Amino acid sequence: MSRYVSYRDFDWLLLIFVLMICGLGVMEIHSATVHTKFAGAHVRQIYWVLGGVGAMFLMSLVNYQILLDRIHWFYIAAVASLMGVLLFGQKYLGARRWIKMPGGNHFQPSEWVKLILILAVAKYFAEMHQRDLSWSDFMKAGAIVGIPMLMVLAQPDLGTSLTYLPVALMGLFLGGLHWKQAALVVFLAALCMPVAWHHLKDYQKARLASFLEPDADPQGSGYQVEQSKIAVGSGGIWGGKGSQTHGAFLPVPQTDFIFAAFAEEHGFVGALGVLLLYFIVLMRLTQNAQTAPDRAGTFVVMGVVAVLSFHILVNVGMVVGFMPVTGIPLPLMSYGGSSVLFMFLALGMVMNVRMRRFVN
Amino acid sequence: MFGRDEKVSAIRLTAAQYLILAIFLTLAYGLWRLQVMQSGYYASAAEKNRIRNVPILAPRGKILDREGRIIVDNYPSFSALVLRDTSRDLNADADLIAQGLHMDANEVRMHIRHFASLPQYQPIFLKEDITPDELAFIDAHRNELPELDTIMAHRRLYPRNGFMAHLIGYVGEVTEDMLNQPQFELYNPGDVVGVSGVERQYNTALMGKNGSRQALVNSHGREVGRLGETAAVPGNQLKLTVDLDLQIAAEEALEGRNGAIIAMDPRTGEILAMVSRPTFDPNDFAVRVSREEWNKLVTDEDHPLLNKAIQAQLAPGSTFKIIMAAAGLQEGIAQDLHVNCTGGAEFYGRYFKCWVVAEHRVHGEVDITKGIYQSCDVFFYTLAEKLGIERIAKYATMFGLGQKTGVDLPQEVSGVMPSEEWKIRNFKQKWFAGETISVGIGQGAVAATPIQMARAIGAIASGGRLVRPHVANPTDLPANLIPASNGADEVMVPMDPHNWEIITDAMADVVNPGGTAALSHLQDIDFAGKTGSAQTISNALKAKLGAAGKANFKDNGWFVGVEPRRNPEIVVCTLLEEGEHGYLAARTAAKVVKAYVEKQHRLPNKMANGKAAHAAPKERIEMAGVWNAPGETEQNSDGGANDSLHAGHFFLDLSKKSLPVATTAPGIASTGYRVP
Repeated sequence: MSRYVSYRDFDWLLLIFVLMICGLGVMEIHSATVHTKFAGAHVRQIYWVLGGVGAMFLMSLVNYQILLDRIHWFYIAAVASLMGVLLFGQKYLGARRWIKMPGGNHFQPSEWVKLILILAVAKYFAEMHQRDLSWSDFMKAGAIVGIPMLMVLAQPDLGTSLTYLPVALMGLFLGGLHWKQAALVVFLAALCMPVAWHHLKDYQKARLASFLEPDADPQGSGYQVEQSKIAVGSGGIWGGKGSQTHGAFLPVPQTDFIFAAFAEEHGFVGALGVLLLYFIVLMRLTQNAQTAPDRAGTFVVMGVVAVLSFHILVNVGMVVGFMPVTGIPLPLMSYGGSSVLFMFLALGMVMNVRMRRFVN
Repeated sequence: MFGRDEKVSAIRLTAAQYLILAIFLTLAYGLWRLQVMQSGYYASAAEKNRIRNVPILAPRGKILDREGRIIVDNYPSFSALVLRDTSRDLNADADLIAQGLHMDANEVRMHIRHFASLPQYQPIFLKEDITPDELAFIDAHRNELPELDTIMAHRRLYPRNGFMAHLIGYVGEVTEDMLNQPQFELYNPGDVVGVSGVERQYNTALMGKNGSRQALVNSHGREVGRLGETAAVPGNQLKLTVDLDLQIAAEEALEGRNGAIIAMDPRTGEILAMVSRPTFDPNDFAVRVSREEWNKLVTDEDHPLLNKAIQAQLAPGSTFKIIMAAAGLQEGIAQDLHVNCTGGAEFYGRYFKCWVVAEHRVHGEVDITKGIYQSCDVFFYTLAEKLGIERIAKYATMFGLGQKTGVDLPQEVSGVMPSEEWKIRNFKQKWFAGETISVGIGQGAVAATPIQMARAIGAIASGGRLVRPHVANPTDLPANLIPASNGADEVMVPMDPHNWEIITDAMADVVNPGGTAALSHLQDIDFAGKTGSAQTISNALKAKLGAAGKANFKDNGWFVGVEPRRNPEIVVCTLLEEGEHGYLAARTAAKVVKAYVEKQHRLPNKMANGKAAHAAPKERIEMAGVWNAPGETEQNSDGGANDSLHAGHFFLDLSKKSLPVATTAPGIASTGYRVP
């Protein structure tokens, strides 16, 4: 197979929009942490972004077809690493999510597992030839995502395990899910709810309860949601003083609640601008999915779209009070190496697909 | 390879795009709702978050004596608190904190864990009223332990060892119950209010008005700026009528015995000293009284929380004979009454003994004067029989018995003055004439408080001028405070001047030579008085209890004295509970009178006031007293006489050394800081 790969085909426009979002994120991290013990976080974030861009270029060089051919090995490695976390992971705040690496670094496998799942799901559906999804395909695809999901859930990390779900749903939807199967998904979800509630940790129940009724205990579990809403609301149309952010009323304004901090300081106009940037990025990604050279490419890109959309929905939804507190960061803006690195690796895969669109 | 031509359904891809659009529109709506529609509400919520009204606590007014000397002061008290700045590991710091604050490290951890669920910006109180070295520790560790902070409040500093505790009272946090009462409707939870004594009576004057400061705070409650301030209005100073020197003398005079002393100026009703024993230390309540400590105080048999000067209602014994004499003379019966005391007499078929039989003597021929200075029971039995209970009750009531004196102190009791109507109302029984005989010597159902006896006998010595006792002069009160008036301030009980002279001379004869053999003269001091001893249980019951009863239910010793005998400047009433030796009551009162007279000597205006005789200091003065020695009576019939009169004299050294004049109440240093 002859390959002609050029950076002329690299999606520079997409990269510009992505870097704009990252820039706003760095700016807001600086503003939110400048007088706190986290001061200097924005510089570290810049390093992460630069590292991420480098990783993205590297990722785009490796032909995604090669990755897909070896996906079963990656999948096994992913499951093994999750198992490793459960067995040898560092316990922090009651959950095992991290593996201590030599050199004092910590590694959170659940992020890169997400990448492998996107590829694994893409590979599975790309090899399917019939137009309609059979029940056995439905079950197998469910299992591919379901196994790592349950393992992450056991850490326990409900938020991250939920981010695997959109990968499966997007795959099923594009793979030809018919309405009976869709009904079963909804039915299974409904069935799981009471069981899931039973297995939820107390803090998770409290978060859900406070989401449903935040005013019942504004000083307790509902505190974060309430403070976030106050931050966003007090920003008004044009933005304000940012007393919620700078007075430390807003919890973790540089990570999970960065959008609230941004909305407080830059108002409705600024917040809507950021949403627009994300929307442009997502539309551009979907366009890349449509022009992908093969089924697998489309699935890979749409997997990234699904994860990114889900993150935005849950994070911004939490900030404006539509969603319970889950601890899911806002991709590209929130401070944190794992999150930034994952996003750029995922974008690298998208570039990878795009750069090979004219390949025959 | 695999189905390259098999493209993914374009419709489904478009559907995914519309789904994303829907998500973004929903989120945009969420922003619109918060930032445009409800932005006003959330902007004010953010302000409320940011701006905290920090109360500035107003110090309570000081309490001063009649000469402006400090009795109750305030001192700045600091409490240690923990700000839960998330950057600190409180568990790790607990050891150092515990060491500096003299607490147990586990106690600190438990405390922090206990309040862990509170919102972050609320500090945790670790220790109240910390000592200066603990305060210094916190100041010295501002960098190592940034989470430690202090808050200052004014606390009450009371005299030590329960000095004057009952009169002053104490303060406490306003309770839930109090807040529901209309007079406390303006108070807030956490306000400190007077709970008893003067602190309660004059709470409105003493309490200041808290100010507030609009502070800019962050979520940890740390102040980062200040917007405005409303200053606190300190409470008013309150000047009492009490003379600190006399109060000190009275406190010391009791020598730790249980009972009460009240010294009053019968011309004005100003209370000069008031003591009750046993006592309590109100400083123990100023921070927080432990339940255990409180229960101990409440269940103590000797009732340390009771102000016995106004709350002990007991049989007044022979001191009541002065009121009997006033009634008898005013009714024109006592003047011509001559009784032959043979050690007892029969009334209504029962034999009532005179105390004198215990000494194997008789009084013989007794008139009103001798009846008073010899305290002849038979004379007053006869007088009581002739007056009848209604006339006795009429005069006793006129002189304030069986009713509150209206003193400006909370929870005064009224005592009991029995009458026919009283008996029917309370017991649904007819009055038995025999009961009148016991009432004639201050026994039976009569019950009076020391303040009532001081006021009544002070009034008789003042020609019938009955005043309302008070601890604060209305003129000394802040203008906005209307004193709670309980009845008239002054009542004239009609008294014939001649009758007045008979009684006061007889009272002086109690301490005059030529009276009873052992009586001695009190040189240069026109001192007059009347002792009494009163049974706490009936003789019949005492006999039944035998030796144990005798030991457990000793009689109460009373003494009421005035100086000078007519229109006195001071009346002192002493109650010694279970005062085994009657002379103690007289001696106790004498010490207070001595302190009073001595102080008058020192006052220059007094010397220039024609009382120059006092100017030459005497080496020592001789003071006489009569008292009843209870416990020496035997085989008395129920309700019968049990007084046994004794007399003696004391030498009071005046010039040995001048009494130190108090500058403040004990335990109150002039700096206003707590003396350790």
